[in-house]
Amino acid sequence: MTVETKMALTEQDVRSFSANMNEADWMAEFRTDALAKVEQLPMPTPDKTKIDKWNFTEFPAHAVESSTFSSLADLPAEAKEIVGDDQENIYVQHNNTPAFLSLSDDLKAKGVILTDIFTATRDHADLMKKYFMQDGVKVDEHKLTALHAALINGGVFVYVPKNVVVEEPLQVLFLHDDAQASLFNHVIVVAESNSSVTYVENYLSTVDEAAGQANIIAEVFAEDNAKVIYGAVDVLAKGFTTYVNRRGVTGANSRIEWALGLMNDGDTISENITHLVGNGSSSDLKTVVVGRGNQRQNFTSEIVHWGLDTDAFILKHGVMKESASSIFNGIGRIAKGATRANAVQESRILMLSEKARGDANPILLIDEDDVTAGHAASVGRVDPLQLFYLMSRGISQQEAERLVIHGFLAPVVSKLPIEGVKKQLTEVIERKVR
Amino acid sequence: MATLEIKDLHVEIEGKEILKGVNLTINTGEIHAIMGPNGTGKSTLASAIMGHPKYEVTSGTVLLDGEDVLEMEVDERAKAGLFLAMQYPSEITGVTNADFMRSAINARREEGDEISLMKFIRELDSKMDVLEMDQDMATRYLNEGFSGGEKKRNEILQLMMLKPKFAVLDEIDSGLDIDALKVVSKGINEMRGEGFGCLIITHYQRLLDYITPDFVHVMMQGRVVKSGGAELAKQLEESGYDWIKEELGIEDETVGQEV
Repeated sequence: MTVETKMALTEQDVRSFSANMNEADWMAEFRTDALAKVEQLPMPTPDKTKIDKWNFTEFPAHAVESSTFSSLADLPAEAKEIVGDDQENIYVQHNNTPAFLSLSDDLKAKGVILTDIFTATRDHADLMKKYFMQDGVKVDEHKLTALHAALINGGVFVYVPKNVVVEEPLQVLFLHDDAQASLFNHVIVVAESNSSVTYVENYLSTVDEAAGQANIIAEVFAEDNAKVIYGAVDVLAKGFTTYVNRRGVTGANSRIEWALGLMNDGDTISENITHLVGNGSSSDLKTVVVGRGNQRQNFTSEIVHWGLDTDAFILKHGVMKESASSIFNGIGRIAKGATRANAVQESRILMLSEKARGDANPILLIDEDDVTAGHAASVGRVDPLQLFYLMSRGISQQEAERLVIHGFLAPVVSKLPIEGVKKQLTEVIERKVR
Repeated sequence: MATLEIKDLHVEIEGKEILKGVNLTINTGEIHAIMGPNGTGKSTLASAIMGHPKYEVTSGTVLLDGEDVLEMEVDERAKAGLFLAMQYPSEITGVTNADFMRSAINARREEGDEISLMKFIRELDSKMDVLEMDQDMATRYLNEGFSGGEKKRNEILQLMMLKPKFAVLDEIDSGLDIDALKVVSKGINEMRGEGFGCLIITHYQRLLDYITPDFVHVMMQGRVVKSGGAELAKQLEESGYDWIKEELGIEDETVGQEV
């Protein structure tokens, strides 16, 4: 297999897409600048996974046209289950089409913004220019970030002004039901000082096979004394090659909590990095993963301590079935000057078959003396004695395995801060391990 | 009445023969005790009956009311009416004790005929009272962080909830102080009756002070070498095992030595 690094889409294509989507002019310039960088930039190099043969650049169509929904009642059944009946604050994207938006009058009055990324370039240009691919993820980090910037074909902009506390979760549903669609979604969540918000996104494929690419970037900013809880359940179909980059940046005494259920059925590179910039800020990163089939996945979770008294906890549990393989890179990095930082991480992988592969790779990079750090990692197979014990009480082997798997993931799932995510995730896990 | 018949059972672990022809018949309504020094094959017998993955049965049969137990999967053996209280119960994170027990009870019942939650809770509460267990044990993860004594009580709790025809109790008394021993014995004695048979495996006679066995067997060198009534246990308590070895001409009672 040869690697196609030459872009199929030209500058003209990108400009006309931008015009079609009614974006602000500055965004068209932003895209074309990024496109010009794609060719000379190198691919990212996730630790321990060779991706130079993976296809990240070929896909059937830049964007597909899908229907909009006049109410949540029009959503397909699978989507309705996730959304719930009385969800007041929600954005739905149907493949690449902004399809439904609802935000309560109360939140609107308080200045909260929830809108699709195209509209944001026009209506909230100053905010977008301040946050979009500046201090979070940069365009020229590598080939895939530049490609993303050039081809963004969806996403959402969330903004919570200072001192506003949003009580109910804001929900975003990315509904994928067109096998030809690719997802270049960009998400921005900004919580200004003294604000707080819970954001939940769901990637839901309702088709079994996909021919497209997913190149997703999310940037989260928690400014001084702000708190963001970011929940995600990714359930993208087999066939997608997914690059998903979720990045956080904290101000002083702020906090970002991640609750990620990474349940894709395709090959996935997931990178989740939080920069604890402000003094006294903290981050908590919980991830659960289930791999099956021939999936190859790499999950890098990194928290970087720049500020004094910063605190980080990474907790990742994964189950690998069949011939699935995954690498768990957990990185705690403490920069010089980040006095009294605390970096703790735990990664555990349970393999269910002889052919499943897992590798937990804990890394501590510490450049400061007065800090604390710790890590725990384990990779193992289902304990036959556990199965014997459960079966000796009359429980079938299948049910015993199910109990052990749920039990293995429970320490993470049970601590997810959002009830809806917990419930959906439990159901997805149930389906995947059956 | 149900019958558990063990006939000429030979069992290996990692190529080494541990059981060398065990014969034993247990009827419901009876309590049997197997005694014997360390390393004579007692626990192997318990594990082999239940189908422990490490033990390989090389010959012989185990029949439950004429049905070949050795042909059954582990869960089928349980559903047929066998129970093993383990010496070292596994710890299962993330699965609560109560959920586990309810799954186990429902595994024995037809779909649509599951035990009601209320009935289950009532029954669990009353059995936990008998065993003097804290109510929070029901919601803790299965055996996780349980003390040795708590694990043993939890095994007996499962026994009482699942109500098997035959229970094999593998050193249920080890590591128990006298108070815990009394409590565990109380639980087992409650099970005693027409529809329940029990095989108690122990080193020590002291458990049998609280549970009077109908039959006592002594194992040496992977076989049952002597059987008798409750008085045999008393005799062993007083005189140890040497007189049996002498009587049978055994020098080393452990497995691996021939008579």
